[in-house]
Amino acid sequence: MAKKKKDDIVFAPRGIGEESDGVVQKGVDLPPATKKKHKALGLSEDDLKAMYEQMYLQRRFEERSMQQYQKGKFGGFLHLYIGQEAISTGTVFAFDDNDDIITGYRDHGWGLCRGVTPKEGMAELFGKATGCSKGKGGSMHFAKSENHFWGGYGIVGGHIPIGAGLAFGNKYKGTGNISATFFGDGAVDQGALHETMNMAQLWKLPVLFVVENNGYSMGTAAKRHTVAEIVDRAKGYGMKSAVINGMDVFSVYEKMKEIADDVRENSEPYFVEIRTYRYRGHSMSDPQKYRTKEELEEYQKIDPILKLKDYILSNNVADEDFFSEVEDRIEQDVLDAVEFADESPFPEVEDMYDDMFVEDDPYFHV
Amino acid sequence: MAELQFREAIKHAIDEEMGRDESVFVMGEEVAEYNGAYKVTEGLLDKYGFKRVIDTPISELGFAGIGVGAAMQGLRPIVEFMTFNFAVLAADQIINHATKVKYMTGGQADCPIVFRGPNASAGQLGATHSVAYDSMYAHFPGLKVIYVSEPDDAKGLMKSAIRDDNPVIFMESEQMYGLKGEVSDEEDYIIPIGKGKIKREGSDVTVVAHGKMYHVAVQAANQLAKDGVEVEIIDPRTVKPLDLPLIIESIKKTNRCVVVDEAHPFAGFAAEIGFLIQREAFDYLDAPVQRVCLPDVNAPFSKKLFDAWFPSPKQVIDAVNQVTYRN
Repeated sequence: MAKKKKDDIVFAPRGIGEESDGVVQKGVDLPPATKKKHKALGLSEDDLKAMYEQMYLQRRFEERSMQQYQKGKFGGFLHLYIGQEAISTGTVFAFDDNDDIITGYRDHGWGLCRGVTPKEGMAELFGKATGCSKGKGGSMHFAKSENHFWGGYGIVGGHIPIGAGLAFGNKYKGTGNISATFFGDGAVDQGALHETMNMAQLWKLPVLFVVENNGYSMGTAAKRHTVAEIVDRAKGYGMKSAVINGMDVFSVYEKMKEIADDVRENSEPYFVEIRTYRYRGHSMSDPQKYRTKEELEEYQKIDPILKLKDYILSNNVADEDFFSEVEDRIEQDVLDAVEFADESPFPEVEDMYDDMFVEDDPYFHV
Repeated sequence: MAELQFREAIKHAIDEEMGRDESVFVMGEEVAEYNGAYKVTEGLLDKYGFKRVIDTPISELGFAGIGVGAAMQGLRPIVEFMTFNFAVLAADQIINHATKVKYMTGGQADCPIVFRGPNASAGQLGATHSVAYDSMYAHFPGLKVIYVSEPDDAKGLMKSAIRDDNPVIFMESEQMYGLKGEVSDEEDYIIPIGKGKIKREGSDVTVVAHGKMYHVAVQAANQLAKDGVEVEIIDPRTVKPLDLPLIIESIKKTNRCVVVDEAHPFAGFAAEIGFLIQREAFDYLDAPVQRVCLPDVNAPFSKKLFDAWFPSPKQVIDAVNQVTYRN
């Protein structure tokens, strides 16, 4: 038998389905969007307007964040949520306000959805004392625990067991609340997910594990870093699962509401893959050579914010005046947030020691 | 005073705290139906049921993280690791999450959790079951680290650990679980975290030893007493916060110090104590501080090699002789 040539041996991921030659044509394949109108989904006209405002706020906040980062107003990492706004918005509208949410480091949109004000958010990016996390966390650690948003976390997959722990706490205390853990497609390869899914199913925890599959784990296409379809991870644990079109806020809302009801009623976990697309790089230092401009443009054509705007206009829920008023107001809010962040004080050096321990006068080793 | 085994003292502490606070629960491998791999949780399942005594799969990372999330929800988890050698798999949750969640959210989430289990070696268990991790955890801001040596300390400090509003590492030893000792039967017996204890008074040399090493130090001290050398043994009990004043006061009396530590030498507890003594008591020292540690070598299996590897009373005696210039 002839020996294989040395260069036949490759450890490059080959991908799945039609793209198993290793060449990725498209970040994600979107499932069909819901055909239901807002009334059939139980959404009022005011809900639609509020959804639009929330999504538009997230978009403008991120665009201004990027601009301020490029101006050198703050350092550290900056991971933008642009393109994924329908997921946070549709989910928060579908959930009860007391339901717990925890996410990874692409967390600004989630914070804004759960009551981090643009001022508190921008000030956090600037590392100011007025930030939502007092300037101790930065871009990756927005939080608003009083609104059941437990924060963004920086270790890929590290917060997945914590999300199940929030659900454990809800079940133990009998609060009736559910918890949802959001993470990127890169996190599906972490052992933490698998250990946690197993325990969540064993103990019937009221938790959603939600992949925001934006097509890329940093610079590696989802189709090249994981075997089989991501949603099929659920099968190994006998867990209910769903795939959702994340570029359509109605689809996210509809399915997440159904799933939240199911998880709450049956106290059982759910695994959800929401397919979406991030328009910007992984972080600010990403030359994005792993995808084509054409691919990006294809998703931008089905932008979730423009889609909702078209729906609102074509269904006569609101007119152009509404949009110019909202967009101007949000633009101003975000500019005010930038000014607020810029003018806010940095934390005092002695504040560095606060928030390490609960007690007032803790021990610090010197 | 009642005579209890070390494991019973810990169980009594957990039982009392579970009885007084509904938010306290126990989770870990074999803690419920099996009654604890080392019988520390024996009987708790019968008393408190499957809601509060929870068997986990062998998923240290996962259940440690579920504990962290539960603590953020206001519960008080006691997470048992069958040994801290396995807790290395959960290091991401302990080091990256439990200790940091409060800080990086600007104080918005607390994490009142106890991670407990046996630490360090337990005889010939080979390289992966024999490491002392107290120094490593003490390195990280945000953790309190307790490694006790006697049943009385175990009870009083375990109750403090459970009531503490911060993450606490509570370390035990497989080889001490059967050890009997007098335990205070004072109602609600609490030993504050961060307080060491002079366990043997002496005027010639201070020996600092905690956890299993305390017992090695006692054997050495008994031998040395026959030669007329009186050793003062200080058991810090809590590695962090460290009761440094207790150690320094003793050195001001004895002017000599040996640190006995079951960790490897580099950047460990003994190294830290040595540094602190030179800073705080330089002018009181009549000899350089010496340490007895594990060698910078993995734990061997073979009994002959293991016995050479493990810190012995003889090494402590040699170190005492060195600092007292008796050799």
